[in-house]
Amino acid sequence: MSHGTGSIRSFGVEGLARVEGEGSLRVEVRDGLVTDVALEIFEPPRYFEALLVGRHFTEAPDITARICGICPVAYQLSACAAMEDACGTIVDERINHLRRLLYCGEWIQSHALHIYLLHAPDFLGCADAVELAEHDRSAVERGLQIKRTGNLVMETVGGRAVHPVNVRVGGFYRAPDPESVASLATPLREARDAALATVAWVAGFDFPDVSGDYRFVALRDTRGYAVERGRPAFSEGRDMSPAELADLVVEEQVPRSTALHARLGGRDPYLTGPLARYALNAASLTPLAAEAATQAGLGAVCTNPFRSIVVRAVELVFACEEGLALVESYAPPDPPAAVVVPRVGTGTGATEAPRGLLFHQYDIDASGTIRRARIVPPTSQNQLTIEADLRRVVQSALELSDDELQWRCEQTVRNHDPCISCAAHFLDLTVVSS
Amino acid sequence: MSAPTEHDHRPSLAVWKFASCDGCQLSLLDCEDELLTLAGAVRIAHFTEMSRATVSGPYDVSLVEGSITTPSDVRRIREVRDSSHRLITIGACATAGGIQGLRNFAASGEYAGTVYAHPEYIDSLDTSTPISAHVDVDFELHGCPIDRHQLLEVITASLVGRRPVIPGHSVCQECKARGTVCLLVRGSTPCLGPVTRTGCGALCPTVGRGCFGCFGPADTANTASLAATLRSQGTPAVVLARLFRTFNAGAPTFLDESVAQGGPVPVTFGRTGSSTRGEVTR
Repeated sequence: MSHGTGSIRSFGVEGLARVEGEGSLRVEVRDGLVTDVALEIFEPPRYFEALLVGRHFTEAPDITARICGICPVAYQLSACAAMEDACGTIVDERINHLRRLLYCGEWIQSHALHIYLLHAPDFLGCADAVELAEHDRSAVERGLQIKRTGNLVMETVGGRAVHPVNVRVGGFYRAPDPESVASLATPLREARDAALATVAWVAGFDFPDVSGDYRFVALRDTRGYAVERGRPAFSEGRDMSPAELADLVVEEQVPRSTALHARLGGRDPYLTGPLARYALNAASLTPLAAEAATQAGLGAVCTNPFRSIVVRAVELVFACEEGLALVESYAPPDPPAAVVVPRVGTGTGATEAPRGLLFHQYDIDASGTIRRARIVPPTSQNQLTIEADLRRVVQSALELSDDELQWRCEQTVRNHDPCISCAAHFLDLTVVSS
Repeated sequence: MSAPTEHDHRPSLAVWKFASCDGCQLSLLDCEDELLTLAGAVRIAHFTEMSRATVSGPYDVSLVEGSITTPSDVRRIREVRDSSHRLITIGACATAGGIQGLRNFAASGEYAGTVYAHPEYIDSLDTSTPISAHVDVDFELHGCPIDRHQLLEVITASLVGRRPVIPGHSVCQECKARGTVCLLVRGSTPCLGPVTRTGCGALCPTVGRGCFGCFGPADTANTASLAATLRSQGTPAVVLARLFRTFNAGAPTFLDESVAQGGPVPVTFGRTGSSTRGEVTR
């Protein structure tokens, strides 16, 4: 609500959300200049890094899945990668392929959810997808169809869509039988076509003319568009091991937030997620996805955060296409899991969650008991960059009314898909005069 | 959601989040085939995971996800209760305190000090408690995560005013119905199927994995008998204590058994008062 205008205009959006939860947003403008921007995160902490200490290393995938119901596979597979790193285990390539298929399912589910239910309504002036369906029911149904396919992949490979049960350190409890995997081909083909229609649909939205000077970080993999493994790579071209990234990333605690803020070398903010992956790995996209990107006019690098919805749609095409290829070449891993023998050591694992790079690091002892855990989720890495985006967006849109500016700020945060409840959880905007 | 009007006589549905992973709320959005139909049958009045629009209460049905872990949430859940005709808790966090309930076994402040350099900035309780420890609950739907078909049944039943048909028997019976070879009989891997509430479809034994108790204790769970069997098959007590102490660690039946197996007793709170029978008197 507005309490008048003056030389100081401050905006508060209470009840923003995290990273799994709840937060608020505050912007201050003095004499036409944005002077302060803060994402205040008050999501109640759940202390995973503490409660993991003393648990067995084999429990980490199932326990850390519970950090996020939207991207449990990201947590499970980052935990597996870290534990296998600690134990010196190399898994069979068929297991990696099955993991990639499972992860494609999560990307499809999560991206369809974000594009259709969370982000697109902003561009079309709707409060939510139900209102959007009143104007364009077929679009929402298309999104739900894609999402259903993602869930189907997760259920077939992982046992269930939220918190899959079939993932274990070393691989899987049971390799799905070839018939059930083959049955995914038709829905994936249909989802791929629907994803192509999605790219065309979102490319036609109106985008505010904003550009960020991002420092991108994403996994890079010589075998393809990085999802379930790879080496962290940077805008400037270098790459490093996940363990080296873990050393480089320094997290700091600020009074206003229960999320830690991550900086490279303790200094530089950076961005992970679709924009970073596309900028660093577009050459590895599957053919239809690459073509869709070209047709949508994305160029080699996309620095307009509002157009992240287009990149996400391109990644949706990729995940369907890649999933289909994995289904068609599927050979059950036998055995379905490597034997992982614990040893004293530290392991780091990094994967690409739908919303960005996620890494885990654990110290374990000879009995396999976890002695230390560190989990760095994408939204904690992106938080400072989201604040920089807000600063830029508000500065360029001061002519908007309070209501419009509030909505624009919410949309700016949703551009980076900071976990679901974050994406739609905003309340009042307050403007006070000096 | 549709803009509410004075003539909108549809029942109102609200969804609330406390400390949780969002997975149980997501189960509602995962009802891809039913979502738009449901959104036509009810007025979704508050659901921040889905909509930026919100309508003030009172609400006919409130779904509550998550556990109580902060002083402000202690107050907020009372406000939700006051504005809700029926309050239904969904998922292990809301019904048993969730995986974050493991803090209940740690020394005060230990967890915050492990995660945060400045725990004094954090306004968090030393406990994670179920919703029923704070307010009256009309129905508890178990699971980590809940099953979306069960969720639809609970919503449907609430809207027409009948009791939800949610079975309280064990995963064990589900395996028999599916013809899954019994892991306990094979003695190959510890399985909580005999004492865990059904609802998942016996997913884990189907992939050759022991049930790990996502849905919490079944109605008539005999955990002592199962523990004795597993011990005789060679499962150490420390492993058993861990098995009973995950997502439903705060559910009284599992809590008692984990203590009986030598796990630390909760130091910061007593019994939760949570019913294990799916339904709380009200």
